[in-house]
Amino acid sequence: MIKINNLHASIDGKEILKGINLEVKAGEVHAIMGPNGSGKSTLSSVLAGREEFEVTEGSVEFDGKDLLDLAPEDRAREGLFLAFQYPVEIPGVSNINFLKTAINEKRAYLNQEPVSAKEFLGMVKERSALVELDTKLANRSVNEGFSGGEKKRNEIFQMAMLTPKLAILDETDSGLDIDALRIVANGVNKLKSPNNATIVITHYQRLLDYIIPDFVHVLYDGKIVKSGSKDLALELEEKGYDWIKDELKV
Amino acid sequence: MTTAEITKKDTFLAALSSLQFNEDSYFEGLRNNAQNELNELDFPTSKTEYWKYTRVGKIVNNTYTLGQPEKIDVSNFLIPNLDAQVLVIVNGHVVADLSDFTSVDGVTLTSLSHAKKQNFEGLKKHFNQFTQDKKEIFLALNNAFHTDGIYLEVAKNKIIEKPLHIINITTGNNTISLSRNLFVANVGSQVKIIESFINVNGEKNFNNHVSELVIAENAFMEYNKIQDKKETNFSVATEQVYQEANSNFTINTATFNGALVRNNLNIEVDASNCETNLNGLYLGKNKDHIDNHTVVDHKKPHCNSNEVYKGILDDESTGVFNGKVFVRQDAQITNAFQQNNNILLTDNATVNSKPELEIYADDVKCSHGSTTGQIDEEAIFYLQSRGISKKGALKLMINAFAKDALERISIEALQAYIDNKVEEELE
Repeated sequence: MIKINNLHASIDGKEILKGINLEVKAGEVHAIMGPNGSGKSTLSSVLAGREEFEVTEGSVEFDGKDLLDLAPEDRAREGLFLAFQYPVEIPGVSNINFLKTAINEKRAYLNQEPVSAKEFLGMVKERSALVELDTKLANRSVNEGFSGGEKKRNEIFQMAMLTPKLAILDETDSGLDIDALRIVANGVNKLKSPNNATIVITHYQRLLDYIIPDFVHVLYDGKIVKSGSKDLALELEEKGYDWIKDELKV
Repeated sequence: MTTAEITKKDTFLAALSSLQFNEDSYFEGLRNNAQNELNELDFPTSKTEYWKYTRVGKIVNNTYTLGQPEKIDVSNFLIPNLDAQVLVIVNGHVVADLSDFTSVDGVTLTSLSHAKKQNFEGLKKHFNQFTQDKKEIFLALNNAFHTDGIYLEVAKNKIIEKPLHIINITTGNNTISLSRNLFVANVGSQVKIIESFINVNGEKNFNNHVSELVIAENAFMEYNKIQDKKETNFSVATEQVYQEANSNFTINTATFNGALVRNNLNIEVDASNCETNLNGLYLGKNKDHIDNHTVVDHKKPHCNSNEVYKGILDDESTGVFNGKVFVRQDAQITNAFQQNNNILLTDNATVNSKPELEIYADDVKCSHGSTTGQIDEEAIFYLQSRGISKKGALKLMINAFAKDALERISIEALQAYIDNKVEEELE
């Protein structure tokens, strides 16, 4: 699905990613954990195509294509989805209208017919229920006046509507109470299939009780320094990130 | 012996000296008064407060010839799916052959020059009443030298179903046109008007336009003004609006480009329980300069006014907004709201925004606000990350911004036409 090879990236001349290697296959869930400032969000930003970051070395292959060569919108159309850590409020732009535009632009890119009004409304109804998002919210301006939990649920709702091949959840759990966390995780689990994959970026192990990862990676100082099974997350939770730091010094 | 210096104004007026009007002494007298007023006035400079942000040099330094009533194919300027009475003005002259309207009982719809000859009662009562002695040179110029335009009078309690669409064209290079309208909605009547200001085949031409609008007791008028200027043309337009008790007036102004566009909108709310809506959307490109000056003068109690003007300025274009609301001492329980928002699409675009409130009554609700900003790059990226192209994202954002500026247009076909034009401009 995605093959990240020796990825280096910097912002304003400062190197943040210092050689990331990661392969995610269809049907897999990978968790990337790490302390603050380790480069977790930079990784998701670079993959989504944020212009501020400069890729200085390495490559990313997404479903056989050179991901780094694609504009952000084309990455999305190819099936990449980023659930933002801080979803943006866009006053005046309706959630529903923008999703319809997005779906149809994707369909046009893939040489498919535009979505019919009926089909679209059916999708909205079914998939907003998936994350228990009030349809009233689905009809409002994008994230405007939403609570933190509603914003995160809206991210997963959008993910459900766009049916990506690879979803990257960037700290989707941070700031969520346990009920909201359960709803979000439940939504992600229901969307899981043998044909898609998920990268869960998180600081806390808690989310991984609900979204069970196949692999856990620890990101530290711009590199993946340790990989393992879901037990690694529990070990991290217990011993803290200092354990990794100490281990690296040895 | 001294020789009087030939001023810019003299040169400018020389172009108009050949105009012959052949009107009766009453109307001739009005023109003479305006000529006398003109003698006392001069073109504004940057020191003139009312014109502080708009230099008229481009307009007044040019040499003009008077435009003629040419026959032009107007089919491109019709609004799709709109069933309207169509009247065409070319270079300040009403061209009957191009117009397409049927007479309706209770509606007087004719050229101003014809109305003057007929000496209609409503005409004499209102014409020039709200435009004289305003000490404003472009207004005095039109008072003195206007050629022709539309006279509309709607009889008491007459509801006009079909909107009136005036297509006001200026054509040719360096043409000056001085058009003039008077619209009177008598007691209890209702009328909707669209006026498209269009430039065809010509550069550096100048349209000096004045409309007087009278909304009598309990009457309703909607005036939609579409300025579809080419970027090389100039326009100074004045609307003088007079509202009587319980009347309802809405003006929507959409301005697409123009080397120099200045709109002076003056609304006198001279009785109680009136509603006034004044809204505008302006899109500037290249070196366009678009200036909206509005005045709402609340003189009597229990009135509401709502004003929303929004600007989208690209390239090196400039937008000017000056909105003044007066609430006189008698005008208690007035609600007056005013808002001006602008988006600058480049670092070289400029906006000068000056909202003003002058309140002399003590039991009123008034607010005003002005914002100028840029498109939120974060929001653009967010939309892109969902698969929407950068251009598409920009369009979504701009449409969202512009949406409420012209939502008071009640004519569906016109709304669609304007939405379409906005889309086109953003291409």
